[in-house]
Amino acid sequence: MSTEPLETLDCLGQRCPLPVIALARRFPSIPVGAVIRVLADDPAAAVDIPAWCRMRAQQYLGGVSVDGSPAYDVRRVS
Amino acid sequence: MSAAYFDAATAAPLHPVAREALLAALDDGWADPGKLYTQARRARRLLDAARAAVAEVLGVRPDEVAFTASGTAAVHAAVLGGLAGRRRAGTTLVRSAIEHSAVLHAGQRHVSAGGAEVEVPVDLLGRADLDAWRAAVAAPGTALACLISASHEVGTVQPVAEAAAACAATGVPLLVDAAVSLGRVPVPGGWQLLTGSARKWGGPAGVGLLVLRKGTRWVSPYPADDRETGRAVGAPDLPAIVAAAASLHAAHTESAAEAARLSALVERVRATVAATVPDVEIVGDPVDRLPHVVTFSCLYVDGEALLTALDRRGFAVSSGSACTSSTLVPSHVLAAMGVLTHGNVRLSLHRGTTAAQVDRFLAELPGIVADLRAEVGL
Repeated sequence: MSTEPLETLDCLGQRCPLPVIALARRFPSIPVGAVIRVLADDPAAAVDIPAWCRMRAQQYLGGVSVDGSPAYDVRRVS
Repeated sequence: MSAAYFDAATAAPLHPVAREALLAALDDGWADPGKLYTQARRARRLLDAARAAVAEVLGVRPDEVAFTASGTAAVHAAVLGGLAGRRRAGTTLVRSAIEHSAVLHAGQRHVSAGGAEVEVPVDLLGRADLDAWRAAVAAPGTALACLISASHEVGTVQPVAEAAAACAATGVPLLVDAAVSLGRVPVPGGWQLLTGSARKWGGPAGVGLLVLRKGTRWVSPYPADDRETGRAVGAPDLPAIVAAAASLHAAHTESAAEAARLSALVERVRATVAATVPDVEIVGDPVDRLPHVVTFSCLYVDGEALLTALDRRGFAVSSGSACTSSTLVPSHVLAAMGVLTHGNVRLSLHRGTTAAQVDRFLAELPGIVADLRAEVGL
């Protein structure tokens, strides 16, 4: 299964909980099995995006660095 | 609408016994207890009685108890002095990931001075990983280990007895930061250093406890001072110390009944919030927890907005969310657990907390959270 993101949300400069809200808003529109990437430099995103995945039973694939900015990949599994 | 104060884990309202003792000691305890005249001897008797009262509650000898200028000062002295006393054994500080920031800051000072630090992780409920703890304290060069008695942010009780046994097996002294537990729940033994803070149990601010069991190697991190047998600097605030000791004794006496009453209220909060607020995560151990602390996080809610809305409705609570901290960094405790850090609320109850206050909070919370979510379109 591809781990390449189908879509990237640019939440750079946004404070918590805005990156998680953006992820939750966009999530229903991506197909099951696809990966969505959230670019977020708020330090809370590093904890809150994996926590959101756990609460929503979605798959957290981990954090990556994109052009020096932190990013988080999530796969829709249901 | 009567105001409800739910932030006792920061500072509990003054216990009536503390107020009474404080006022009496203001008249009798202003002289320097170290001097050799009548007024000083009166002050010395008050200080000795306060020390004896604290020692009795803690089950230690009076000469093992020192009063410091705050809980934070006690922690700094315990960490840095405990490390200095063990310099020949090593330079590594072992601590859990969920210690109070006072421990973290003392550790940073130690590391910046060339020392080392090992952080022991916690699980999703906020309990220190005992296998990691055992490995860390068994490693060569470990000078001191530090464990909070229970999480001050999420209430999870820590495995102090097991941690102490691991320390005893390897000869590493254990510091227990018991600020959140003293006067409320028993703290297991087996430690060599213990710290506390009077304002957490209903005493005045400005009084900390530094307890060093006999034989503990400890070297003051401060310039020499002969007050408190060299364990604290500066003239002690004797009236506040007298009030702190009297209120610790009173809180300790009431603690079994109060713990049962408050624990039932916390259980009501845990069950009701989970049932009435959608997308909420109740954090911390549901069973092995402090009787008076409950923490939850509301998905998609800004923590600062939630605190402000609650304050407007007369509820004083604390939060570990980044937006409520001066540094805009989320609580290191919530982060170490891996639980949601935004929309976070901590309620910490006290002897003045009533069921009616808790019920009003539970009745108003779902609407407040729903309004905040509606503002962001969720």
